[in-house]
This record gives sequence, structure tokens and C-alpha cells, in this order.
Amino acid sequence: MSKIIKAENVSFAYEGDTPEERVEALKNVSFEIEEGTFTVILGRNGSGKSTLAKLLCMVNLPDSGRLVIDGVDVTRGDVTEDEIYDLRREIGMVFQNPDNQIVATIVEDDVAFGPENLGIEPAEIRRRVDEALSAVGMSEYARHSASRLSGGQKQRVAIAGALAMKRRCIIFDESTAMLDPLGRREVMKSIVRLNREEGITVILITHYMNEASFADRVIVMEDGGVVTEGTPDEVFSRPEEMFAAGLEVPQTTELLWRLRKAGLDVPLGTCTPSECAAIIKDALGKRGDAV
Amino acid sequence: MNFDVAFGQYCEGTSLLHRLDPRAKILMSLFYIVDVFLAKNVFAFAVLTAFVVFLIALSGINMKIILRGLKPVLFIMIFTAVINIFWYSGETVLVSFWIITIYLEGIYNALLIVLRVVLLIAGTSVILTYTTTPLSLTDGLERLLSPLAKIKVPVHEFALMMTIALRFIPTLIEETGKIMDAQKARGAAFTEGSLVKRVKALIPVLVPLFASSFRRADELATAMECRCYRGGKGRTRMHVLKATPVDVLAVLVIILLGVALVLINNFTGGFAIGW
Ligand SMILES: Nc1ncnc2c1ncn2[C@@H]1O[C@H](COP(=O)(O)OP(=O)(O)OP(=O)(O)O)[C@@H](O)[C@H]1O
Ligand SMILES: [Mg+2]
Repeated sequence: MSKIIKAENVSFAYEGDTPEERVEALKNVSFEIEEGTFTVILGRNGSGKSTLAKLLCMVNLPDSGRLVIDGVDVTRGDVTEDEIYDLRREIGMVFQNPDNQIVATIVEDDVAFGPENLGIEPAEIRRRVDEALSAVGMSEYARHSASRLSGGQKQRVAIAGALAMKRRCIIFDESTAMLDPLGRREVMKSIVRLNREEGITVILITHYMNEASFADRVIVMEDGGVVTEGTPDEVFSRPEEMFAAGLEVPQTTELLWRLRKAGLDVPLGTCTPSECAAIIKDALGKRGDAV
Repeated sequence: MNFDVAFGQYCEGTSLLHRLDPRAKILMSLFYIVDVFLAKNVFAFAVLTAFVVFLIALSGINMKIILRGLKPVLFIMIFTAVINIFWYSGETVLVSFWIITIYLEGIYNALLIVLRVVLLIAGTSVILTYTTTPLSLTDGLERLLSPLAKIKVPVHEFALMMTIALRFIPTLIEETGKIMDAQKARGAAFTEGSLVKRVKALIPVLVPLFASSFRRADELATAMECRCYRGGKGRTRMHVLKATPVDVLAVLVIILLGVALVLINNFTGGFAIGW
């Protein structure tokens, strides 16, 4: 498999009006993302996740370091508009604020906006729009006015807009934050399906630890840098690092970790509550105590 | 606030008028405006009125909605009517006192002028604004004006601006409401005090509104770029407009109506409008 994203010592700062207002949002970030994988980025507010996502979508270019996207070095200096446009056909993102990325008045027209820009045939656009809307459970709102939707519904429309473009890599910036639990589960299901069945590279920025368990790899950010990365099991088996980064671990993992600290011999990692119960029962059985 | 009704005015429906190509409807309303000014005598006005009533029936739109649409111009109608009654000089004197003389013809004229305004508004709204969604309206306008793009008129950009404006006006109205509520919670009074005081109270509303609009515009531009937008070139559309013979026929009907009105003016008598 090839690397769709390669970042080496990437730094980025938001320039303020005065030197004191300058915010160094990313400092020497390095990581790689394999094509077709599912990556989750975790980190507390202001840790630089959205900034990183915007670099990956070429909204901003890094101040220093090297960023190679789909084989094109966008930090090369002489990268052309056309090269960036071609990359954007392959890699896209759903922004954190759904309101400011909906262009058209009517839901289905907005979902069609991206495919229309790509110059796709009308009949194919229609098909993609219907498919994308049903993937986010918004088919019945196709002819509705976008400004009258709730926050979560707008988020779903924004996700549908990204799905309809059928790109090789999609970055979701806290795109499920406003959804109700049921909606989040549905949308997560379509995102996971996108990755598993269509082989689309997914980068998901989230504050929900249980969403991290879908990932092939978890990247934890803190204060503009990557502090931990690995498989969910690896990352969550070091809860101390997660707590230091101002994050939590899934409740089951935390329970196992606490039991382990208390002297019970249990393995660390992510698991469902029933798996967790089985592990604890097993460990208690091994110890020979009465349960 | 129910914005779509207040601004876009679109009334949901499936009538023939709703289904016509927006380009046809734009042309129809242009020719219709000419028609209204072609009608001169009472018979021509009678034909035109019958035609508009027929269109309203065809559209299936409630008469009440049409009448409500006339409300904003009520004052202007009454004003012009009154002016006409006093200024118009004819032959049959109705009342005469001091320096004022009211002629029967003046009253006729005033009535026809009011009727002309009513027909103008009712007709164009039933042909265009009540039966066409704002989006297909801008769409139709873009396609209709597309030949102008050859001489570097930014037709696509203009249409996109309209689309975005339509999309964001409700958002901005909602935001204004929120900011006003926030300022009220801090003790601002928008409905009390002198005019100067009230205008001053609006400043803390407008400043954050402008600031947030600029931020929105910036974010929207970024999002559009990420959605591969780069102008109208090479862009396709999901909805393809297809003009059918019915659309052509509909435009022809409006043109023929104008011809008919001119003939009626010339071959029938009866009172004719002054201007
Ligand atoms: N447009 C901007 N101008 C100046 N500073 C900014 C801008 N956007 C973000 N920052 C700053 O950059 C830092 C990183 O912000 P970023 O939005 O990347 O955080 P985040 O990890 O996405 O946080 P959250 O979880 O709240 O979305 C923050 O300190 C923030 O104040
Ligand atoms: Mg963010």
C-alpha cells in the first residue's frame, strides 16, 4: 500500500496583527497515513487538530517542513494551482461548522454542488446525491430549505456533500459532534462502511473515545504536536499518556487499567462492555478468589 | 420569521405554471409587463383582467395570497388615484367647488391606473415569483443570460452571488435576532427612547453582525474551494433545464396577447386611459 499523506516536521503558525498574537498551532508534526486506512485524531480543544486538517486539505500550506499528499510535495514552493485542484479531487474534508459550508438553499442542490464542480454527468450526479443523502439518513429532506435544518441535520448534509464527491480520502473534523447518539451511530456506520467496503482513506477528528475503536490507527495531539500514536489497543493501554494529554480512555479500558493498578492481572486494550466483563471474570477466576 | 414567504414568495404547487421552464417564465413576465402597458381602453383592460384571473385559477394559488401581495403598494395606488381624480380634466363635470373640479373621466382614469398596477403585480407574481423557486429563478436567469458571458459579463458569478445571498439571508436574520436578544439581556432598549437613542442601540448589533458575516464569507470561500469550486468553467448541473414546445407556446401566448390588446385598442371605442 502507498502512503497517501506524508508529513515531516510540519509547522504552522497563525499570524496575528502583532508578534504577541502569533499562534504556533502546529510544531514539528510528523506522521504518515497509508492509503485505505482509518485514522482517528484525538486531542483537547486548541491542540491543533483542525489546523492540521486544513493543512491536509491545502487550505493553508505549512510554514516549514515537508508535506507530501498523494505523491505531490505541496511544500515544494513551485506547486501550481492546477496541481492543488487535482489533489482536491482526491482528498476533501467536512468542516467543523456545518453552517458555513452549505452553499445552496435546497438540501439536494447543496449536495450536488461538489459533483457539479467536477463536471460530472447530470444523471450520475442525481444518483450520487440520492445515494449520499440516504447514507446520512436525510433522503426525506432532499427538497427542504437548508437554513431551516437543525445543527445535526446540517452536519449530515455537509457529510453527504463530501460523500457525493467520491474522493479517495475524506477528513471529518468533528463532523458527528452535533448528532444525537442514534444519528452518530448511523453516520459512523456509513463512515466505517466507506472505509471497509469502498477502501476510502478516512481521517476522523473526534472527542468520542468509542469512535476511536473503529480506527486502524490513533494519533493523539497535544499543544500542536503528536504525543502518542498507534493502534487503539496500543494507545489506550497507556492511559497515563492519554490523561496527560487531557483526554479520557474508553470506560472499559479505564476500568481494566484501574484494576491492573490495583494488582489484578488483566490485559489492557479496547473492548466492549461484555468482553470486559468476561476478561474480569477470567482474571478473578485465575486468582482463585471467590467471586 | 418565515423568510421564504417574505422574500422568495414561492408557493408550493404542481400546476402548469409551476412546471414551466424558468427561462420561459422570465420571458413571459417581461412580455407581460409590455402587454400591461399596451392595454389602453376599457375593453383591452377587460381582456387583460380576464387573462390574469385565468392565470391565477390555473396556478391554483389562493386569491388571498395574491391580495396580500398587493398590500405593500396600497398606499401608492391610493395616492396616484387621488392625484388623478383632482388633476384630470375631461368633459363631464361631477363636482365643482372653489378651485377644484372633479370630472367623471378623472375617476375612470384613476380606476384604470389602479387596475393597471394591480394587474402588473398580480400578473408577474403569478407568472414568476409565486410559481418559481428562487433557485430555479437564478438558474433560469443564468442560462438565459449565458450568451452575455461571451462578452465577459460575469453571468455565472452573478447567479452564484444570488444563490449564496438567498442561502444566507435567513441565517443572517436569525443571527441578528440572536444578537439583539443577547443585547436585550444586557439591558439594551431597541424600542424605547428617542430616535437617536434607538439608532445608537443598534450599533452593538451591527458591529458583531458584520464581524461574523466576514468570518462566514471567509469560511464559505474556503469550503467552496475544498469542494473543488473554480468558477463556472467545466461545471455541470444536476438539474438540466429542457424547454418543451409547451414553454415556447406559453411565451407565444403572452406575445399574442399584446397583439390582441393593440387591435382591441384600435378597433373598439370606450374610455381610454390617459397615460
Ligand atoms: N484562524 C485562526 N487565527 C488565529 N489563531 C487560530 C485560528 N484558528 C485556530 N487558531 C489557534 O490555533 C490553535 C489550534 O486551533 P485548532 O482549531 O487547530 O484546534 P482544535 O484542536 O481543532 O480544537 P477543537 O477541538 O476546539 O476544534 C488554537 O490555539 C487556536 O486559538
Ligand atoms: Mg477543531
